[in-house]
Amino acid sequence: METFLFWLFAIVGVGCGIMVVFHRNPMSSAIYLVVTMLCLAGFYALLAGPFVAVIQVLVYAGAVMVLILFVIMMLNLQEETLEREGGMVTWILAGLIGLGLVMAVVRQFPHTPAGTPEAAFGTIEEVGNKLFTVYMLPFELTSVLLLVAIIGAVILAKRRML
Amino acid sequence: MIPIPHYLTVSAILFTTGAIGVLMRRNALIMLMSLELMLNAVNLSFVAYARLHQDMGGHVFVFLSITVAAAEAAVGLAILLTIFRARATVDVDNLHLLQR
Amino acid sequence: MFLDFVIVLIKAGVVLFALLNLAALLTWAERKQSAFMQDRIGPNRANLGNITAGGLLHIMADGIKMIAKEDFIPEGAHRVLHTLAPAAALFPALVVFAVIPFGDVLVIGEKAIPLQVANLNVGILYIFSIASLAVYGTMLAGWASNNNYSLLGGLRASSQMISYEVSMGLSILGILMIYQSAQLDVIVRAQGQLLLGFIPKWGILLQPVAFFLFLAAAMAENKRAPFDLPEGESEIIGYFVEYSSMKFGMFFLAEFVEIVIVAGLVTTLFFGGWQFPYLQADGFHWPFAAGVWHLPHLLVVLIQIATFSIKVLVWCWILLLVRWTLPRFRYDQVMRLGWKMMLPLALANLLVTAVIVLLVT
Repeated sequence: METFLFWLFAIVGVGCGIMVVFHRNPMSSAIYLVVTMLCLAGFYALLAGPFVAVIQVLVYAGAVMVLILFVIMMLNLQEETLEREGGMVTWILAGLIGLGLVMAVVRQFPHTPAGTPEAAFGTIEEVGNKLFTVYMLPFELTSVLLLVAIIGAVILAKRRML
Repeated sequence: MIPIPHYLTVSAILFTTGAIGVLMRRNALIMLMSLELMLNAVNLSFVAYARLHQDMGGHVFVFLSITVAAAEAAVGLAILLTIFRARATVDVDNLHLLQR
Repeated sequence: MFLDFVIVLIKAGVVLFALLNLAALLTWAERKQSAFMQDRIGPNRANLGNITAGGLLHIMADGIKMIAKEDFIPEGAHRVLHTLAPAAALFPALVVFAVIPFGDVLVIGEKAIPLQVANLNVGILYIFSIASLAVYGTMLAGWASNNNYSLLGGLRASSQMISYEVSMGLSILGILMIYQSAQLDVIVRAQGQLLLGFIPKWGILLQPVAFFLFLAAAMAENKRAPFDLPEGESEIIGYFVEYSSMKFGMFFLAEFVEIVIVAGLVTTLFFGGWQFPYLQADGFHWPFAAGVWHLPHLLVVLIQIATFSIKVLVWCWILLLVRWTLPRFRYDQVMRLGWKMMLPLALANLLVTAVIVLLVT
C-alpha cells in the first residue's frame, strides 16, 4: 500500500512538476503546480509528518497558489503568443545538464535504513514543543518577516502614492 | 518502508526542474512558480532527513520555510503587479532599463 | 488488517450516503421552510400518479431535470477546467466529514470500532486545509467560462471565501486551547465532563464569542445568505452563469452539503457532538451522585448517534432559517466585516482565552 502510494505520488508529482515548466499557458502551469503541491503533501504524510502535510495544503496549496491564480486572472494573461525561449536543442541541453546534476547528487545520498519513529513523531504537540522552546528565535523573526511582507505588499499594490 | 534515498531523488528531480524553469522561461509568473517548486523540493528533502534521523527540527524548519515562501510569494506578486501596471508586460527580457 | 480496511470503507460509505441524502432533503426543506415563513405553500405539484408526498418528489424532479438538460461548454472556454471546476467544488465539501465523529466507540464482539471515519492527529487543521481547497472550485469556474461577468463573480466569491477562512481559523484556536487537543474525538469526549458538578462543558458555554464568530465565518465561507452576493440570485451575475445541467447541479449540491458540514462542525465543536448530557458509556450518571441507570451498550450507541443526528438537523434548520430572514450584504460590507470587525474580535477572543487558561491551570 505504501509502495503504491509512493509511486503514484512520485509519478504524478514529477510529471506535473515538469509540465509546470514546459506549459505555455500560465493558468495551466498554476494548476499543475497545485497538483504537485498536493502530491508533496501526500509524501509528507507518508514520511510520518501529518502536521507539515496539512500545513502544506493549508498554506501552500490553499493560500499561496490561490494568490498566484488571482494575479493570473486579474492580469488576464493568455497563452503565450511569443515564440518559445530557445529552440528544441536548448531545452534538450538543459534537460541533460539537469539530469547530470541529479546523477551527481544521487550518489551522495545516505543508505542507512530509517528506524521506526515513536508514535508521537510529527504530531502537532511535538512540533509545538520544538517550535516554542528550541526554535523560539526563528519563530519570532518569522512573525516580524510576515509583518514586513504584509506592509510591503499593501504599499506596492496600492494604486497611488501612499 | 520506502528507503529514504527514493524520496531524496524525487526531491532532486523536482529541484532541477524548478531550476531549469527559472533559468529558461521568460514569463515572470512562470519563473515565480518554478521558484516555488524549488522551495517545495527542498522542504521534501528536509522532511525525509528528519524521518531518517528522528529529529523534529526538520519539521519545524519546513513550517518556517513554508511561511517565508508565502511571504516571498506575496511580495513578489505585488512587485509583478506594479511592473505590469507600468509596462503592460510580464516578459522579463523587456525589463532592461538599468542597462546601459 | 483487511478487516480494518473494510470497516473504514463501510463507515465512509455510510457517511457519504447520509451526507448526500441529507443534502438532497435540504433542497426540499429549504423550499418548504421559506414557503412557510413567507405564508405560502411552496412546491407541491410534482407527483407520481397523483401522489404528491408533500413536495418530496420535487427532489427527484430536480435531479431528472438536471440530468436531462443539454450540457454545453461555451465557445472559447478552457474545456478541461470548465469540466473540472464543479468536481473541485464538490470534493472538499464531501471529504471534510471524514474527521467528524458521529458516535463513541461501538464494540462488536471483541472489535472496538470508533464511529469516526479517520481519527487524524491534526483533525481541526485538516478541516481548515480542505476548506481552503474549496476556493479552487469557484475560482476556476469563474475563469474557465470565458465570460467577463463570471470572472468578476468568481473573483468576488473567492476573495470572500479566503477572507473568512482567516477568521474561521482564528476563532477555533480558543477551543483548541481549552480542550487541549486538535483531535475532534478528544474534543467531543472532553465536552462530557461536568462543570460545577452538573453543567456539561459544552463549547458554547466556554467560548460564546468564538461560537458566533465561527458561525458567521462559516456561513460566509459557504456563500450562504446573508453572504450570498457571489450567486446573487436576482441581483447580480454569479460565477456559474455558463454552467448547465449536472455541472450546475454539482455546484448546487456542494452548497447544500456545506450546510450539513457547517452544522456538523458547530455541533461537534460547540454543542457536544454526540454527547447526551449525563450519558456515559454504560448508562446515565445523574449529577450530585443521584444514581446510575445502566443501559445495554447498543442502546447507548444508538442514543449517541441519534443525538448527533438531531443536533445536526436542528442546526441545518437554523441555517436555512437565517437565509430567509436577513437581507444580503453588499460586497464592501462583506469585506469590511471580515477584515475590520471579525479578525480583531477573533484575536481578542484568543488573547482573553489564553489569559484565562493560564490563570486557571
